[in-house]
Amino acid sequence: MAVRDRPTLAVWKFASCDGCQLSLLDCEESLLTLAGQLDIAYFVEASSAFRAGPYDLSLVEGSITTAADAERIRSVRACSHRLVTIGACATAGGIQGLRNFADVRDFVAAVYASPEYIRTLATSTPIAAHVPVDFELRGCPIDKHQLLEVISAFLARRKPDLPEDSVCTSCKRAGIPCVMVTHGTPCLGPVTHAGCGALCPAYARGCYGCFGPAEQANTASLSRAWNALGTDRRTLHRAFRSFNAAADPFRMESEAHADPDHPR
Amino acid sequence: MSPSAPAPARKGMIIDRDGLQSLLDRLSARGFDVIGPTVRDGAIIYDRISSVDVMPEGWTDDQDAARYRLARRSDMALFGYAVGPHSWRRFLQPPEERLWQATRQQVGLTIHTTAVPSAPYAFIGVRACELRAISIQDRVFLEGPHPDRRYAERRRGAFIVAVNCTEAGGTCFCASMGSGPRAADGFDLALTELIDANGHRFLLEVGTDAGAASVEDLPSRDADAGALVAAEEATARAAAGMRRKMATAGLKELLQANPEHPHWSEVAERCLACANCTLVCPTCFCSTVADYTDLRGHEADRVRRWDSCFAADFSSIHGGPVRASRRARYRQWMSHKLAHWIDQFDISGCVGCGRCITWCPVGIDITVEAAAIRAAPPRPAAGEGDDDGNA
Repeated sequence: MAVRDRPTLAVWKFASCDGCQLSLLDCEESLLTLAGQLDIAYFVEASSAFRAGPYDLSLVEGSITTAADAERIRSVRACSHRLVTIGACATAGGIQGLRNFADVRDFVAAVYASPEYIRTLATSTPIAAHVPVDFELRGCPIDKHQLLEVISAFLARRKPDLPEDSVCTSCKRAGIPCVMVTHGTPCLGPVTHAGCGALCPAYARGCYGCFGPAEQANTASLSRAWNALGTDRRTLHRAFRSFNAAADPFRMESEAHADPDHPR
Repeated sequence: MSPSAPAPARKGMIIDRDGLQSLLDRLSARGFDVIGPTVRDGAIIYDRISSVDVMPEGWTDDQDAARYRLARRSDMALFGYAVGPHSWRRFLQPPEERLWQATRQQVGLTIHTTAVPSAPYAFIGVRACELRAISIQDRVFLEGPHPDRRYAERRRGAFIVAVNCTEAGGTCFCASMGSGPRAADGFDLALTELIDANGHRFLLEVGTDAGAASVEDLPSRDADAGALVAAEEATARAAAGMRRKMATAGLKELLQANPEHPHWSEVAERCLACANCTLVCPTCFCSTVADYTDLRGHEADRVRRWDSCFAADFSSIHGGPVRASRRARYRQWMSHKLAHWIDQFDISGCVGCGRCITWCPVGIDITVEAAAIRAAPPRPAAGEGDDDGNA
């Protein structure tokens, strides 16, 4: 394929830690192949050579936390033929979504020496709350094999094969005995979207929910099972308050276990 | 064979621990990939074994709904446990396998079929319920107009050493499903482990010519009447010790007559739709097929992997999944397993192994749920809305 025929790729950063973009750079030998198939036209983290859009594929990392970014995502959408959000920040609001449960001005006052310079929104919201998104790739961080699957599928004009199964499905296929059943370790796997390959249960740890809620997540029933294993209210509250805290099923479950004296 | 009826007089030979090791050695020497029980990650699982030393000697399992714990036995039994999280299905129908790979050529494609590994399996320690499960999967995969060639290849070569259960596990109910605890057929060899005043030994019975050939000249002695009686008593004890029971009489008709029973909604309050029950079940057979292409578009893989009726993708068609709710999915799984399976394959899909009970993270118990539907009369149809949007 001639160079001029390659589809163009742009990678955008919003409020995020850059870890998901790094997953792309971490693709090692596949990165060279990828660079041969896609014309990397805009990727600040990788190169200072930019070319103007429109772009055939945009990967968007990060959540919307400022008024300026709420405007910028519209221009990114406008110059992108396909827009794929990558990571928990972009798909659920990220760890910074914890501000949604508090007054962000308190955080600003506590963190910054000169809070008057900070212009920020009261909430952290996913990209899909602002513009239409063609595909959401979950995870904190994303899995690089899943990212390559999304890009390969884009290049072949097929649907990515990334099922919405629970993490339990990954454990069972890998032959990992359930950590809740065999040693009573609380695990978010039954309500968490697959994609990590059951990384934590493979090391006898419970799932932390990095990939966000699974389809049909029954968080209330899982919470009762955690209670039966001896988990207290505060631990349950915090378990659902991590990288995907603002995703609805996790948000509602954490609110159900909020401190009665501080009900958020 | 009814597990409560006295078994016909049987004969066999007695081997000891060394004899079992000799059997493993012979099977390996004959080119079998020997798979058996071993302890890993806090459970007794099935994997490659080369020696009796890696078997769960002196271990047992304490099982209940949503609970499995390894525990030490007071003796050195090798098969003193019930079934664990794995079943033989993961070898006969692997969780994920590439079916074929296509490579782009200057003109057209070449397609390479991925071969099934050539070494046949020898399964050590197959329980009666698991033999029934294998025979059920045989019906699913081998009978009918489209037999599964890959399953057939794996199954044809497999050598099966069964073990009769001498103790019931905490979630077992094979006796009420008529599938155990004694292996009636479907094995090459069957063992009954005996530990008593006469020592630690195995009654070995031969089921096939291949089984007979494998034990020719194996260090052994003829089974005396005492050993045969002890084996009968041991399996009878296992049957009598089962704490759970499935009332099967009229069960198919009961479930098929009650698709709107309020208990389905009650189960859905607890069900996680996580798919664990289906993936530990030794008879569940569903898989999906996915195609992958590489970045350059030069190679494509077709992969088959385990799927579950609890997944949204499983029943997705244009417009969304046919079974959108947990209620609809649990009802589908349980009523297929216990009722529609009989219409489809002329046998129940449940063998009473208890895995779905033990490995459900919230302890949903198929025997209890079936009993609840039997016990509680359904509410009148009027006013009983279907909350799924699918009947």
